[in-house]
Amino acid sequence: MTLPSAGSDKLTHLERLEAESIHIMREVAAEADKPVMLYSVGKDSAVMLHLAKKAFYPSPPPFPLMHVDTTWKFQAMYELREKAAEDAGMDLIVHQNPEAKERGINPFDHGALHTDMWKTEGLKQAIDKYGFDVAFGGARRDEEKSRAKERIFSFRTATHRWDPKAQRPELWNLYNTRKARGETIRAFPLSNWTELDIWQYIHLENIEIVPLYFAEKRPVVERDGLLIMVDDDRFPLKEGEEPQMRSVRFRTLGCYPLTGAVESEASTLTEVIQEMLLTTTSERQGRAIDKEAGDASMEKKKQEGYF
Amino acid sequence: MAARSEDPVYKTDALIAEDIDAYLEQHQHKSMLRFITCGSVDDGKSTLIGRLLYDSKMIFEDQLAALEADSKRVGTQGQNIDFALLVDGLAAEREQGITIDVAYRFFSTEKRKFIVADTPGHEQYTRNMVTGASTADLAVILIDARKGVLVQTRRHSYLAHLIGIRNIVLAVNKMDLVDYSRERFDEIVADYRAFAESIGIEGFVPIPISGLAGDNIATKSQTTPWYEGPTLIDHLETVEVDLADTREKPFRMAVQWVNRPNLDFRGFSGQIAAGTVRPGDQVRVLPSGKVSRIERIVTFSGDLDKAVAGQSVTLTFSDEIDCSRGDVIAAAEDPPQAADQFEATLVWMAEEALVPGRSYWLKLGTRTVSATVQPPKYQVNVNSMDRLAAKTLDLNAIGVAEIHTDRDMVFEPYKADGEAAPNTALGGFILIDKMSNGTVAAGMLNFALRRSQNVHRQALAIDKPTRSALKNQTPKVLWFTGLSGAGKSTVANLVEQRLVRMNRHTFLLDGDNIRHGLNKDLGFEESDRIENIRRVGEVAKLMADAGLIVLTAFISPFRAERDMVRAMLDEGEFVEVFVDTPLEVAEERDVKGLYKKAREGKLKNFTGIDSPYEPPEDPDIRIDTTELSPEEAADMIVAKLIP
Repeated sequence: MTLPSAGSDKLTHLERLEAESIHIMREVAAEADKPVMLYSVGKDSAVMLHLAKKAFYPSPPPFPLMHVDTTWKFQAMYELREKAAEDAGMDLIVHQNPEAKERGINPFDHGALHTDMWKTEGLKQAIDKYGFDVAFGGARRDEEKSRAKERIFSFRTATHRWDPKAQRPELWNLYNTRKARGETIRAFPLSNWTELDIWQYIHLENIEIVPLYFAEKRPVVERDGLLIMVDDDRFPLKEGEEPQMRSVRFRTLGCYPLTGAVESEASTLTEVIQEMLLTTTSERQGRAIDKEAGDASMEKKKQEGYF
Repeated sequence: MAARSEDPVYKTDALIAEDIDAYLEQHQHKSMLRFITCGSVDDGKSTLIGRLLYDSKMIFEDQLAALEADSKRVGTQGQNIDFALLVDGLAAEREQGITIDVAYRFFSTEKRKFIVADTPGHEQYTRNMVTGASTADLAVILIDARKGVLVQTRRHSYLAHLIGIRNIVLAVNKMDLVDYSRERFDEIVADYRAFAESIGIEGFVPIPISGLAGDNIATKSQTTPWYEGPTLIDHLETVEVDLADTREKPFRMAVQWVNRPNLDFRGFSGQIAAGTVRPGDQVRVLPSGKVSRIERIVTFSGDLDKAVAGQSVTLTFSDEIDCSRGDVIAAAEDPPQAADQFEATLVWMAEEALVPGRSYWLKLGTRTVSATVQPPKYQVNVNSMDRLAAKTLDLNAIGVAEIHTDRDMVFEPYKADGEAAPNTALGGFILIDKMSNGTVAAGMLNFALRRSQNVHRQALAIDKPTRSALKNQTPKVLWFTGLSGAGKSTVANLVEQRLVRMNRHTFLLDGDNIRHGLNKDLGFEESDRIENIRRVGEVAKLMADAGLIVLTAFISPFRAERDMVRAMLDEGEFVEVFVDTPLEVAEERDVKGLYKKAREGKLKNFTGIDSPYEPPEDPDIRIDTTELSPEEAADMIVAKLIP
C-alpha cells in the first residue's frame, strides 16, 4: 500500500485490515488442498483479488478464480471479468449450472428459483465438480445481520449446509482449517471491512472496478419501485413499456434484471464515495433477494448453501 | 427517543459535501480500535452497541424503518426504538431472546474505525467471551447502576484480564434509573476498584452512562455535571492501543508461506508478530538456529526499508538457509526459546471434556504439532477465582495443566514478566480434536518446564517404546524405491537433513554404501538382489527397534521383497516411498553412466534394461520427479511423516 502512515510506525485502519486479509489468504494457501477464489466481479471481489495479488507477490495467487455465472450479469461485468483474471495471472473458471441452462431458468419467469438454481446450486455443483476444499468469498460482516456472526473460516457439511450453532471459535489469528473428507470451508478475508473501507481502499489503491458503479445515462425501466437497466434484448418489455435514458449508477451488482439502479450524477470515484457517505439507505436495499422471506431470509439461504 | 434528524454526531456531513478529497485524506489516517463489550443479560449491552451504531449513522433509513417496525412488534421498549434488536442477529437467538454467540459490529468516527466484539453475558458462555476478547485492544465492562458489581462483573473482568486486555472501561450504565446519582457511581467505582486490584487489574476508566438516553456516550451529559472524565467515545478515540507496545519488542515473524515463483526468488511470507525489521538486520531462523541477514522486504507496491509489527510482508535472506512454514524468524541477538513441555492455562471450549493423555493437534503461530495434556493441576472458579481440584476440564472450564508436544515449539510466555502487551502470536494456541476436527480449547503458554525435572521413571526392561520415547519420536522405515538414477538417494538425503533439523534421530542406509561393506559379497543376480534387500530389511528393523527413523535408498525392484520387509516391521512402521521417474528420464540423466554401459551390454541384469522393475501398486508416498524438485519432494515426505 502507498502507506498513508509512511514515516510513522502507526498502522492505519486500512493497513491493519489489509494485513489481516493477507494473513488469512496465506493461511488458506498454506493449509488448503485445493483452494479457489470466488469472483463475482463486484467491488468487493475487486478488492479481494487485489489483496490476493499483494499476498503472494511476486508469485501469482496460487489458486484459480471462479465465477459462478447466471448468464444474466451485466455485459460490463463479463468484460471486466476476463481482464481481471488475466491481469492477475490467474486461471479463470466459469461455471454455469447446466440444468438451469437447459430449463431456461431466468429472473423474469422464475423468481426465487433463479437465484437458487444458478447461484446456490451452481456453487455447490462447481465446488463438487472441481473438488475445491476452500473457497474464498468477499462477504463482509457489516452487510447483513447473520453475517455479523459468521466466522472468517466458515464450515460447510458435505452437503454444503451451514450450521450457525456449530461454528468453531476463532481466537487471535489462529484458524483451524482441519476438516473431514467432503467438508468444505468458505473463507472470508474481508469479514472486518465495511462498505466505506472498501471504497476508501479502492480510492487509495486505484483499483479498477466495473464502470456500472459510476453514473452514466443508461436505458432503464421502473418496476416494483426498482430502476432496472435494459442491458440486452432478452429483457421482456411489457405493453407500453419504453426504456428511458436516465443518469443512474449501481451500488451493488448482481443479475441485471434483479439489481436496482439509483439515480445519480456521481460519475467519478470520489463523487461516488461522497454520495455513499451522504446517502441514507443501505446497499443491500437495491437487491430483491434479501426481501423474499422477510426478516431472516439471508440466514435461511446461507444454511441452504448460498454463499 | 432522539430523532434521526438530530446532530450528526460522528460524521462531518459538511466536510463530505464541501470537500470530499479533504475528507478522504483525513480518513486515510484513521487508526483502528478493537474492543469487546461485556455485560450480563440485562445490563443494556445490546442497547449500548445499538446506540453507538445509531449515533455514528451506521444505520440507514431502510434499516431504521425495519427497526421501528420490529420495535413495535417484538421490542421491549414500548413505542420507542429497541436498539437491542439492531444487534441481535440470528433468528434462533431472537427466539430465545438472548444473543448466543460472538458477533462483530463496526462503526467509525472522525478519528478511528471501531470493531466491536459483542459477546453474551450468559453464564455458560465463557467460551464466547474469551474468543471475542482474544482480538480486542480494550474491554468495556458494563454494570447496571442499580445492581452494582455482580458475580458476572467479576467473571467478565477476570476473563478480560486473563486474556491480557490492559485497557478496561467500567461503563456504569442506566444512570438515568438512579437519578444520575454521584454517590451511587462513586460507590460502584470503589467496589470495583477493590475487586480489580485483588485480581491484578492495574487501572480502569470509569464512565457514568445511559445507553438508552445517550448520556456521556458521544457528548457530555448535562445530567452528570459532577463527572469530569471523558465520554465513552472520547476515550475510545484516544486510548493508546497495544500495537505500539508490541513494536518495541524484539523482532518475531512466524513463516506462513514460502514464496518461490522461480528459482531466483525465495521469500518468506508472514505477518510480523513483534518488533521492527530492516534490510541488513541479522536474524535467526528457529528452531534450526541458523543465522542470516534480511536482504529485502518485498511487497506488491515495492520494497520497504522498514516493516513493523502488524504488517504482512515477504522477507528474503542474504544466504540460502533453510526456512519453511512453521519456522520463526527472529532478531538474531534476542531469539525466543524452544521447548516441548509447558505449563499452560486452558479455556475448554467443547461439549466433550478434556481427556488427559489423549493426543490433540496444537496450533501455535503457523505450526501444528501433536500434543497431550496432563491431568489439570487445578481449575479456576471464574466467579470466586478459587482454585479447585480437577480431573478434567468441561465446557467453559478454565484450568492449568502441563502440555507435552511431540517436538520442539518456538514460543514465548503469553504474559511475559515486566511486559505489558501479551505475546499473543507465540504464546496463544488452540487445541484441535483429531477425530472431530473441532477447536476444543484455547490456551496460553505460561512457561517451559525444564526437562531434567520431568523425566519419566526409568522402566526396568529397555524396550522399543522406551527407546523411542527417549528420542521423542515414532520409529519409521522410509523405504525409497525406484529406478537407478531416479533420485532416491538425493531425496532421502534431503529428508534426513530436514528430520535432523526437527531433532529427529535418523539413519540413512544407502544402496551404494551398503554394497561396499555389509553386502560386498553379493552380485546382481536375482537371488543376490533378494538377499541384498533381506539383509537391509533386517538392519533397518534393528535400527527401528533402537527407536530410529531409518531411511533406505535401494532400487529394490521386486514387490515381494518390499512386502517381506514390510512384514518384518510393526504395523504402520514401513513407509513405501516410490520415487517415480520414467525410464527415459532416468536414462537421460544417467548420472553414473550405468545405463550407457547396460545398453552397450557391458552391464548385466540392469533394472529397467534387462531386469524388470515392479513399481509399487499402492505406495504410501509417490514422488513424481518430473513434477517436483528434490526439495519439494523432501518437504512433502516430511509433511506426510510429521503432519
